[in-house]
Amino acid sequence: MENYMKLEFPSKSQNEAFARIVVAAFAAQADPTLDEISDVKTAVSEAVTNAVIHGYENKSGTIVVSATLQGKRLEVTVIDYGVGIEDLEQARMPLYTSKPELERSGMGFTIMENFMDEIDVISEPGKGTTVKMVKIFGKKEPTET
Amino acid sequence: MDAKFVRVGTTLIVRMVGELDHHAAEKLRTKIDAKLKREGVRDLLFDFQGVQFMDSSGLGMVLGRYKLVSAKGGKVLACGLNQRIKRIFEMAGLQKRITICRSEEDALSGA
Repeated sequence: MENYMKLEFPSKSQNEAFARIVVAAFAAQADPTLDEISDVKTAVSEAVTNAVIHGYENKSGTIVVSATLQGKRLEVTVIDYGVGIEDLEQARMPLYTSKPELERSGMGFTIMENFMDEIDVISEPGKGTTVKMVKIFGKKEPTET
Repeated sequence: MDAKFVRVGTTLIVRMVGELDHHAAEKLRTKIDAKLKREGVRDLLFDFQGVQFMDSSGLGMVLGRYKLVSAKGGKVLACGLNQRIKRIFEMAGLQKRITICRSEEDALSGA
Protein backbone atom coordinates (compact mmCIF):
# COMPACT_ATOMS: atom_id res chain seq x y z
CA MET A 1 0.00 0.00 0.00
CA GLU A 2 1.29 3.43 -0.86
CA ASN A 3 -0.56 6.68 -0.32
CA TYR A 4 0.13 10.34 0.26
CA MET A 5 -1.60 13.57 1.24
CA LYS A 6 -0.78 17.27 1.44
CA LEU A 7 -2.40 19.99 3.48
CA GLU A 8 -1.88 23.76 3.46
CA PHE A 9 -3.28 26.23 5.98
CA PRO A 10 -2.54 29.60 7.62
CA SER A 11 -0.58 29.72 10.87
CA LYS A 12 -3.59 30.06 13.17
CA SER A 13 -3.57 28.21 16.47
CA GLN A 14 -6.97 26.65 15.81
CA ASN A 15 -5.36 24.75 12.91
CA GLU A 16 -3.14 22.80 15.33
CA ALA A 17 -6.05 20.49 16.17
CA PHE A 18 -7.13 20.36 12.52
CA ALA A 19 -3.66 19.27 11.34
CA ARG A 20 -3.17 16.54 13.92
CA ILE A 21 -6.65 15.12 13.35
CA VAL A 22 -6.15 15.02 9.55
CA VAL A 23 -2.79 13.24 9.87
CA ALA A 24 -4.27 10.79 12.39
CA ALA A 25 -7.18 10.07 10.04
CA PHE A 26 -4.77 9.54 7.13
CA ALA A 27 -2.58 7.22 9.21
CA ALA A 28 -5.59 5.18 10.35
CA GLN A 29 -5.56 3.17 7.10
CA ALA A 30 -2.31 1.51 8.23
CA ASP A 31 -4.25 0.08 11.17
CA PRO A 32 -2.14 1.56 13.99
CA THR A 33 -2.91 1.00 17.66
CA LEU A 34 -4.62 3.78 19.64
CA ASP A 35 -1.31 4.48 21.35
CA GLU A 36 0.50 4.81 18.03
CA ILE A 37 -2.16 7.21 16.74
CA SER A 38 -1.82 9.29 19.91
CA ASP A 39 1.97 9.39 19.42
CA VAL A 40 1.51 10.75 15.90
CA LYS A 41 -1.15 13.27 16.98
CA THR A 42 1.06 14.61 19.76
CA ALA A 43 4.15 14.89 17.55
CA VAL A 44 2.24 16.65 14.73
CA SER A 45 0.71 19.02 17.26
CA GLU A 46 4.19 19.92 18.54
CA ALA A 47 5.61 20.54 15.07
CA VAL A 48 2.65 22.67 13.94
CA THR A 49 2.63 24.62 17.22
CA ASN A 50 6.34 25.35 16.72
CA ALA A 51 5.60 26.67 13.23
CA VAL A 52 2.84 28.96 14.58
CA ILE A 53 4.73 30.28 17.62
CA HIS A 54 8.36 30.18 16.57
CA GLY A 55 8.37 29.98 12.76
CA TYR A 56 5.90 32.79 12.27
CA GLU A 57 6.04 34.29 15.78
CA ASN A 58 2.23 34.37 15.88
CA LYS A 59 2.09 36.40 12.65
CA SER A 60 0.44 35.10 9.50
CA GLY A 61 2.17 32.61 7.25
CA THR A 62 1.57 29.34 5.47
CA ILE A 63 2.15 25.92 6.97
CA VAL A 64 2.35 22.83 4.77
CA VAL A 65 1.82 19.39 6.26
CA SER A 66 2.31 16.36 4.06
CA ALA A 67 2.37 12.67 4.80
CA THR A 68 3.20 9.47 2.96
CA LEU A 69 2.30 5.97 3.93
CA GLN A 70 4.21 2.95 2.70
CA GLY A 71 2.88 -0.15 4.33
CA LYS A 72 3.39 0.45 8.06
CA ARG A 73 5.76 3.37 7.58
CA LEU A 74 4.30 6.85 8.04
CA GLU A 75 6.38 9.87 7.12
CA VAL A 76 5.07 13.31 8.13
CA THR A 77 6.62 16.58 7.02
CA VAL A 78 5.74 19.96 8.55
CA ILE A 79 7.08 23.00 6.69
CA ASP A 80 7.02 26.70 7.54
CA TYR A 81 8.61 29.61 5.65
CA GLY A 82 9.22 31.66 8.78
CA VAL A 83 12.23 32.90 10.72
CA GLY A 84 14.11 29.60 10.93
CA ILE A 85 16.21 28.31 13.83
CA GLU A 86 19.68 29.74 14.49
CA ASP A 87 20.93 27.01 16.78
CA LEU A 88 19.28 23.66 16.13
CA GLU A 89 21.20 21.79 18.78
CA GLN A 90 20.08 24.23 21.47
CA ALA A 91 16.49 24.23 20.19
CA ARG A 92 16.30 20.46 20.55
CA MET A 93 17.57 20.39 24.12
CA PRO A 94 14.95 19.29 26.68
CA LEU A 95 13.45 22.23 28.61
CA TYR A 96 15.16 24.83 26.40
CA THR A 97 12.84 27.50 25.04
CA SER A 98 13.53 30.74 23.20
CA LYS A 99 10.19 32.07 24.38
CA PRO A 100 9.87 31.60 28.16
CA GLU A 101 7.68 34.73 28.32
CA LEU A 102 5.03 32.82 26.34
CA GLU A 103 5.11 30.02 28.93
CA ARG A 104 6.62 27.52 26.54
CA SER A 105 7.81 24.39 28.30
CA GLY A 106 10.74 23.68 25.98
CA MET A 107 9.57 20.09 25.54
CA GLY A 108 8.32 20.16 21.94
CA PHE A 109 11.28 18.50 20.22
CA THR A 110 11.80 16.09 23.13
CA ILE A 111 8.21 14.90 22.76
CA MET A 112 8.59 14.51 18.98
CA GLU A 113 11.78 12.49 19.52
CA ASN A 114 10.15 10.29 22.14
CA PHE A 115 6.92 9.59 20.29
CA MET A 116 8.26 9.10 16.77
CA ASP A 117 10.89 6.67 15.42
CA GLU A 118 12.89 9.23 13.48
CA ILE A 119 13.01 13.00 13.39
CA ASP A 120 15.01 15.22 11.09
CA VAL A 121 15.02 19.02 11.32
CA ILE A 122 16.27 21.22 8.52
CA SER A 123 16.26 24.95 9.15
CA GLU A 124 17.72 28.05 7.60
CA PRO A 125 17.48 31.44 9.34
CA GLY A 126 15.22 33.74 7.35
CA LYS A 127 13.98 30.90 5.14
CA GLY A 128 12.05 28.54 7.38
CA THR A 129 12.03 25.14 9.00
CA THR A 130 11.18 21.63 7.84
CA VAL A 131 10.50 18.88 10.37
CA LYS A 132 10.40 15.37 8.97
CA MET A 133 9.21 12.56 11.22
CA VAL A 134 8.80 8.83 10.71
CA LYS A 135 6.63 6.41 12.62
CA ILE A 136 6.72 2.67 11.99
CA PHE A 137 3.47 1.06 13.10
CA GLY A 138 3.28 -2.44 14.51
CA LYS A 139 6.69 -2.34 16.13
CA LYS A 140 6.80 -3.98 19.51
CA GLU A 141 6.62 -1.30 22.18
CA PRO A 142 9.78 -1.08 24.28
CA THR A 143 9.15 -2.30 27.80
CA GLU A 144 9.23 0.77 29.96
CA THR A 145 7.10 2.21 32.68
CA MET B 1 -11.72 22.86 25.51
CA ASP B 2 -14.27 23.48 28.22
CA ALA B 3 -13.41 24.23 31.81
CA LYS B 4 -15.51 24.38 34.95
CA PHE B 5 -14.31 26.10 38.09
CA VAL B 6 -15.21 24.96 41.57
CA ARG B 7 -13.86 26.28 44.83
CA VAL B 8 -13.46 24.06 47.88
CA GLY B 9 -12.07 25.95 50.86
CA THR B 10 -8.91 27.69 49.67
CA THR B 11 -8.48 25.40 46.66
CA LEU B 12 -9.56 26.37 43.16
CA ILE B 13 -10.46 23.26 41.13
CA VAL B 14 -10.25 23.46 37.33
CA ARG B 15 -12.20 20.64 35.67
CA MET B 16 -11.04 20.51 32.07
CA VAL B 17 -12.85 18.75 29.25
CA GLY B 18 -11.38 18.34 25.75
CA GLU B 19 -7.94 18.72 24.20
CA LEU B 20 -5.28 20.83 25.92
CA ASP B 21 -3.06 22.19 23.16
CA HIS B 22 -1.55 25.63 22.48
CA HIS B 23 -4.84 27.07 21.23
CA ALA B 24 -6.79 25.86 24.30
CA ALA B 25 -4.00 26.64 26.80
CA GLU B 26 -3.85 30.31 25.80
CA LYS B 27 -7.55 30.76 26.50
CA LEU B 28 -7.63 28.66 29.64
CA ARG B 29 -4.72 30.42 31.34
CA THR B 30 -6.48 33.80 31.08
CA LYS B 31 -9.58 32.34 32.75
CA ILE B 32 -7.57 30.64 35.50
CA ASP B 33 -5.50 33.74 36.25
CA ALA B 34 -8.66 35.83 36.65
CA LYS B 35 -10.03 33.29 39.17
CA LEU B 36 -6.70 33.07 41.02
CA LYS B 37 -6.84 36.78 41.77
CA ARG B 38 -9.96 36.30 43.85
CA GLU B 39 -9.76 36.62 47.58
CA GLY B 40 -9.11 33.44 49.51
CA VAL B 41 -7.73 31.21 46.75
CA ARG B 42 -4.40 29.64 47.71
CA ASP B 43 -4.04 26.25 46.03
CA LEU B 44 -4.86 25.14 42.51
CA LEU B 45 -6.07 21.67 41.48
CA PHE B 46 -6.13 20.65 37.82
CA ASP B 47 -8.61 17.84 37.15
CA PHE B 48 -7.52 16.11 33.93
CA GLN B 49 -10.26 13.45 34.01
CA GLY B 50 -11.94 14.90 30.92
CA VAL B 51 -8.72 15.60 29.01
CA GLN B 52 -7.95 13.06 26.27
CA PHE B 53 -5.11 14.97 24.66
CA MET B 54 -2.34 17.20 25.94
CA ASP B 55 0.93 18.36 24.36
CA SER B 56 3.83 20.49 25.61
CA SER B 57 1.67 23.63 25.54
CA GLY B 58 -0.35 22.07 28.38
CA LEU B 59 2.88 21.57 30.32
CA GLY B 60 3.78 25.22 29.81
CA MET B 61 0.37 26.35 31.02
CA VAL B 62 0.55 24.18 34.17
CA LEU B 63 4.14 25.31 34.90
CA GLY B 64 3.18 28.95 34.45
CA ARG B 65 0.38 28.59 37.00
CA TYR B 66 2.78 26.77 39.34
CA LYS B 67 5.06 29.81 39.26
CA LEU B 68 2.19 32.16 40.11
CA VAL B 69 0.68 30.00 42.85
CA SER B 70 3.94 28.94 44.51
CA ALA B 71 5.17 32.56 44.61
CA LYS B 72 2.22 33.24 46.91
CA GLY B 73 2.85 30.20 49.09
CA GLY B 74 0.23 27.94 47.51
CA LYS B 75 0.60 24.56 45.89
CA VAL B 76 -0.52 23.05 42.60
CA LEU B 77 -2.03 19.61 42.33
CA ALA B 78 -3.18 17.53 39.39
CA CYS B 79 -5.50 14.54 39.29
CA GLY B 80 -7.19 12.25 36.77
CA LEU B 81 -4.18 12.07 34.43
CA ASN B 82 -4.28 9.30 31.85
CA GLN B 83 -1.11 7.27 31.23
CA ARG B 84 -0.02 9.39 28.27
CA ILE B 85 -0.47 12.73 30.02
CA LYS B 86 1.33 11.35 33.07
CA ARG B 87 4.23 10.30 30.83
CA ILE B 88 4.43 13.80 29.32
CA PHE B 89 4.38 15.33 32.82
CA GLU B 90 7.25 13.05 33.87
CA MET B 91 9.31 13.81 30.73
CA ALA B 92 9.46 17.43 31.91
CA GLY B 93 9.95 16.50 35.58
CA LEU B 94 6.70 18.18 36.56
CA GLN B 95 5.97 15.57 39.22
CA LYS B 96 8.74 17.20 41.30
CA ARG B 97 6.75 20.43 41.53
CA ILE B 98 3.14 19.38 41.09
CA THR B 99 1.47 16.92 43.44
CA ILE B 100 -0.12 14.19 41.32
CA CYS B 101 -3.18 12.50 42.84
CA ARG B 102 -5.66 9.91 41.61
CA SER B 103 -8.84 11.85 42.23
CA GLU B 104 -10.14 15.19 43.44
CA GLU B 105 -11.05 13.53 46.75
CA ASP B 106 -7.48 12.30 47.24
CA ALA B 107 -6.07 15.70 46.31
CA LEU B 108 -8.33 17.59 48.70
CA SER B 109 -7.76 15.21 51.60
CA GLY B 110 -4.01 15.34 51.10
CA ALA B 111 -3.76 11.61 50.28
